[in-house]
Amino acid sequence: MSDKRLTFKKRLHILKHHYRDKKMAPAFNAFHTFLFAPDETTHSGSHIRGADDLKRTMNTVIMALIPVLLFSMFNAGYQHYAAIGGFPSDFSVMEHFLTWDNFWIGIIKVLPLVAISYGVGLVVEFIFAVIKGHEVEEGYLVTGMLVPLIVPIDTPLWMLAVSVVFGVVIGKEVFGGTGMNILNPALTIRAFLFFAYPTWMSGDKVWVHEAVERAGTADAISGETILGYLAQNKGAEFTYSISDMFFGFIPGSVGETSTFLILLGGLFLVFSKIASWRIMLSAIIGSLLMGLIFNVVVDAGIIGETSTFYGLMSFEYWQHLLVGGLAFGIVYMATDPVTGSQTNRGKWIYGFLIGFISVMIRVFNPAYPEGVFLAILLMNVFAPTIDHYVLRGNIKKRLKRLKSATILPKDSDSKAEELKAETV
Amino acid sequence: MALLTKKDASLILDPLADNNPITIQVLGICSALAITAELKASVVMAISVLFVLGVGNVVISLMRNIIPSKIRIIVQLIVVATLVIIVDQVLKAFAYELSKTLSVFVGLIITNCIIMGRFEAFALGNGPWKSFLDGIGNALGYGVILIIVGFFRELLGSGTLFGFPVLGNPIAKTGLYATGYENNGFMIIPPAALIVVGIIIWIQRSRNVALIEDN
Repeated sequence: MSDKRLTFKKRLHILKHHYRDKKMAPAFNAFHTFLFAPDETTHSGSHIRGADDLKRTMNTVIMALIPVLLFSMFNAGYQHYAAIGGFPSDFSVMEHFLTWDNFWIGIIKVLPLVAISYGVGLVVEFIFAVIKGHEVEEGYLVTGMLVPLIVPIDTPLWMLAVSVVFGVVIGKEVFGGTGMNILNPALTIRAFLFFAYPTWMSGDKVWVHEAVERAGTADAISGETILGYLAQNKGAEFTYSISDMFFGFIPGSVGETSTFLILLGGLFLVFSKIASWRIMLSAIIGSLLMGLIFNVVVDAGIIGETSTFYGLMSFEYWQHLLVGGLAFGIVYMATDPVTGSQTNRGKWIYGFLIGFISVMIRVFNPAYPEGVFLAILLMNVFAPTIDHYVLRGNIKKRLKRLKSATILPKDSDSKAEELKAETV
Repeated sequence: MALLTKKDASLILDPLADNNPITIQVLGICSALAITAELKASVVMAISVLFVLGVGNVVISLMRNIIPSKIRIIVQLIVVATLVIIVDQVLKAFAYELSKTLSVFVGLIITNCIIMGRFEAFALGNGPWKSFLDGIGNALGYGVILIIVGFFRELLGSGTLFGFPVLGNPIAKTGLYATGYENNGFMIIPPAALIVVGIIIWIQRSRNVALIEDN
């Protein structure tokens, strides 16, 4: 390559050397490695590295989220107009859903959420990288996309900004940055929003655009989620069909509604080996089992129609996966490799309990008929404990095997004890 | 002659910053979480502890040579319990509403680790004047953190300070609330105090690196 005709990539490399050791170097490097693989070789240790570094891993998750984001932009408009004008009786996807009007609502409501989430989050990350003098870590790439998808559509932008600052600083940076956090940062942000501004995060108004502004006027519209409806125990059938729930033409947090697209994203993540299928599968099993237990309790007549929990407990067990954030949480949040369990057996336990506890909280929490974010945060805290006991169990098992495999039965006990003392 | 010698002054000043009972010794956290949702309660709590610890340290210090070592904890408990009952009765008589807000936490001053800690660590081995200064210093160090936490929790959580609305009226939507601002419900609940205390510890240790324990 001649020096006169430099490629864009080469120019970036030269610029990078120019800025080396300057204070702003981490900020510059972040942009550079976002576009190109770094040109540095390893200085020590292993010299063979996979092409799928952290940034590539994160980008794969983002790719899996793009369909969900696009769908949510159409759904934002669809729910808004359907709440005003009533649901079309002869619903067709092309005519009523994929329209420019719907997409426009998505552009003016969903894109600002994405922009604020990324803008504020990356500013915090860059500030910490410059102060601490390390490279900007990629951890926020996925978090920044998850956050706008798990909040209600009309969440005020300043609230989101405050929550993102809190979540990134308290949820991640205080523990040492990406890879060191105990709690999933996106869910920390969600939890902060929920406890700080509960009126904007729960109830029957916030889930559809403009429902809050119109409340109390003649134009009032409802924005109730299916879970919210069931929690009120009204008894009568709601208007959404099973296919509505599966494909996601229902109100809810921005990106959580379409189980179909989440399922596709989940399969993509499993086949690209980014996310753990063990966690997803066991979480699904856990939620089905809990739902089934509730169904059995209702069928056995232990809980009558007068009970406050009747609405949610009598909800068909498998439909729990179609409504609310359960599917989204299982696919995109529970599988977070940093905060989840690391051992294979641990992943089964971790995932199972997420599903099990999610549905339990869903049914028994009167103020807020959704539990998946609380369940995942709870299991995040327990993940290291689960791993610890799985490892100890494995050590014990292998010691036992060693004991029985030793030829001389007399010495075996003392030998095993010796080995045990070394391992422990 | 200065009022306080340098050594005496450090008894008061050290607990305010580099040997703070809450942020460095991590004692008295329970009450710091429980009563700091309002600034008023924080201030009253700080004054109560100031009284109990100042007087208590002097009493223990005066008795230090006659307390049998085996029963010293019980003697300390009786002293602190007596003082706390005095505080409780005074509050009930002159600030009944406040004493209802503080509820059991006045009584729980008895179990505040800072008080027993100072009795054990200082008053049992030092003269009354020094013990008095040490008690005042530690109570002030405790109170400062309480007031800082209370300030942020009441301002962000309720938009008021000492009960006066400083950010406007949230119901009539005046002041800052007219722009769409809302009170942060998270600051009202006790976990917020843990996070605010954590941030104070963080700031303090990044300003004075010598305070960071190595492990």
